[in-house]
Amino acid sequence: MGDRRRIKVLISVIGLDGHFTGAEIVSRYLMDAGMEVVYLGIYQTPEMIVSAAIQESVDVIGISSHASNYDQIGMLLDLMKQNGLNDIPVICGGTIPRQHAETLLKRGVSKIFPPQSSSESIVNYITSIVKR
Amino acid sequence: MVNNTVKKIVNGDVMTAAKLIRDIDDQVPETREILKALHGYTGKAYIIGVTGAPGVGKSTIVDQMVRDLRLNGKTVGILAVDPTSPFSGGAILGDRIRMQRHSLDKEVFIRSLATRGQFGGLTQSTLSAIDVLDAMGKEYIIVETVGVGQGEVDIARCVHTTVIVVVPGLGDHVQAIKAGIFEVGDIFVVNKADRPEAERAVTYLRSMIGLAKKEFKNEGWEPSIIMAEALNNKGIIELLNEIEKHRRSKKVGDILVAGKRDSARIQLTEMIKSRLIEETLNRITGSPEFEKYLDCIMERTKDPYTACDELLSAMVFGLSLDPCSAPNRTSNHPDEKD
Ligand SMILES: Nc1nc2c(ncn2[C@@H]2O[C@H](COP(=O)(O)OP(=O)(O)OP(=O)(O)O)[C@@H](O)[C@H]2O)c(=O)[nH]1
Ligand SMILES: [Mg+2]
Repeated sequence: MGDRRRIKVLISVIGLDGHFTGAEIVSRYLMDAGMEVVYLGIYQTPEMIVSAAIQESVDVIGISSHASNYDQIGMLLDLMKQNGLNDIPVICGGTIPRQHAETLLKRGVSKIFPPQSSSESIVNYITSIVKR
Repeated sequence: MVNNTVKKIVNGDVMTAAKLIRDIDDQVPETREILKALHGYTGKAYIIGVTGAPGVGKSTIVDQMVRDLRLNGKTVGILAVDPTSPFSGGAILGDRIRMQRHSLDKEVFIRSLATRGQFGGLTQSTLSAIDVLDAMGKEYIIVETVGVGQGEVDIARCVHTTVIVVVPGLGDHVQAIKAGIFEVGDIFVVNKADRPEAERAVTYLRSMIGLAKKEFKNEGWEPSIIMAEALNNKGIIELLNEIEKHRRSKKVGDILVAGKRDSARIQLTEMIKSRLIEETLNRITGSPEFEKYLDCIMERTKDPYTACDELLSAMVFGLSLDPCSAPNRTSNHPDEKD
């Protein structure tokens, strides 16, 4: 039968971070690559993101982070585990200092994309991690 | 498996319902059995369609409606449908951004859907998703769609109350006439009434509705017009009151009593259509003969019209195929003629 499956990605900015440009550009990349993007915008708490991820039944969560709110990402990971969302990969984009990046990767973030990452690298990575 | 899923959904399990809607959207065949079993639990929700051109404030209105419905203790399901890009097949689903303040409310279920290549505002998946939210026990279901082409025309036949949102400005008036929305709107909202010319938009709408008055009389409901500033939460209570009024009107009463025959007709037609397309179209376009016909069309030894006739005769009606026979418009299959 026809392959109607699409990759569905949630894109959000977390916490008190008003930088939405990166998140919007990435959303656009993903749409152009044939993915469905649920875009949440700015000022989202880990709770709001988890709730949206459940209701929207997404494959991947992408978090944009340009402020120093890295522990919010850690809280998001914990909350996802508590809600049985362990199988949804979390990727991050933005300027994240090396030691924070290492901590996040250890805590379970699956990949971090620095600001100049190409659209192909992001699209290819998401395509490769989503179980078909 | 089916029983377990159905039980969870009827008990309001959000995760199970969300995953089912995903599978419905992806056309996973197993969902059919679950939907069959869920059907007996549906038909209780009140379904409201909110439609209108891009950017007129539909999501903002829905968000404010949800707030007031929740203050009255009602449970709400929302389906926000956005168009799929015809170029990539992808979509940005951006309605939720306006409704995120309800995301932690356990009695509110918000779901974004892409049209996925269907024309207009409603798809078979949307209709099935409505059933899922209905079976979950949501008292109100609000469906937001962009009014493109004929979309709002079919939404009107699948919901109890159709709300059409317009904004002040001439362009939208022209658009309104084109789309033929006066026949399908139960309630019109002139949103962004903080902007100039809102009164003129109301006057214009009123005259358009006046023109169609005779028809409405038979239906027991005359469309009403509400001015709103959704951003400032103005006009929303009036809108909800009007929806209640419409709900009690003869028109909706008739729809409900008649067992929603129209909506059943559409749902069944859509279902047959998508099964036909899914099974027949894919079989034809995936066949080696199809590719041969493409070659012949490229070489100009066959025209696409004849190719279409022949493929349909063969693959749907079981006649034999001969892709690159001499180009002709009188068929080479004598038996095809009768
Ligand atoms: N001035 C004014 N702006 C409004 C009003 N209501 C909504 N808006 C703004 O209009 C813009 C679009 O609002 P949405 O609610 O996203 O509109 P929509 O019809 O859902 O848009 P799409 O889903 O993209 O078609 C936003 O910037 C809103 O803040 C209003 O009453 N007055
Ligand atoms: Mg919207």
